[in-house]
Amino acid sequence: MASSIRVRAVESGGVTSLKALVKHPMDSGFVKDSEGNVIPAHFIQMLTVSHNGKDVFVANWGPAVSKDPFLECRFKGAEKGDELTISWIDNQGESDSTTATVA
Amino acid sequence: MIDQTRRGFLKGVLGAGFAGIALGSGFVPMGAKAAMPDASNWPKKAFATPGVDETIAELYGLEATESDKISMDLPTIAQNGAVVPVTVETSLPNVTGIALLVAKNPNALAAEFEIPKGALPFVSNRLKMAETTDVVAVVISDGKAYKATQNVKVTVGGCGG
Repeated sequence: MASSIRVRAVESGGVTSLKALVKHPMDSGFVKDSEGNVIPAHFIQMLTVSHNGKDVFVANWGPAVSKDPFLECRFKGAEKGDELTISWIDNQGESDSTTATVA
Repeated sequence: MIDQTRRGFLKGVLGAGFAGIALGSGFVPMGAKAAMPDASNWPKKAFATPGVDETIAELYGLEATESDKISMDLPTIAQNGAVVPVTVETSLPNVTGIALLVAKNPNALAAEFEIPKGALPFVSNRLKMAETTDVVAVVISDGKAYKATQNVKVTVGGCGG
């Protein structure tokens, strides 16, 4: 059960730096396949990072975000050993979620 | 005498072992109950608007002024327009939102970030752009919109020329 999300969160000096890599096609809806059929848009709309049930970072993404999107963000308030939840939902209703421990 | 210490030792080890298993298993089911994000607030209209200023107006209802307090880190020449790393950081106070726009994309808005209290006004993301274009970073600080622009040259063919 491999998750689509790879996360690394490191706390240093009170600031947690989080790097997330999500495996997702991020099809824009403008690209055609080899037979000339338009590949329908399929992209992550929203990705949230939450700590203690509170969102600490929210990304609203459009189809112009690259395939297998990468995100880096920084926030205060989390300590080493705390658990973060990273979730995404795409425009076709698929979603995934994973947890990461702050190192 | 010797036998008794051995008993005690074994009991102790077994007891500790069981306690450890009980504690460990208690923590396993956590994390399964994470709530899915709710995409109903996704700014659909702003993502379907061409043009930089129009998109900022649609997204925030504001007009952005140029600011030199926004630092953008992105390549001036991108060999692959499908993956252009863009990093935005600002020293502006009370930032509540950051948006990344690609001027010449069919719809300018690429990504919009909500910065709740506690999050630092920093974000790094990778964007797609089809041709040489301006990339605009918009920062909402103290309820006002500020922007910074940088041009990216996308080299067709990926030869780095």
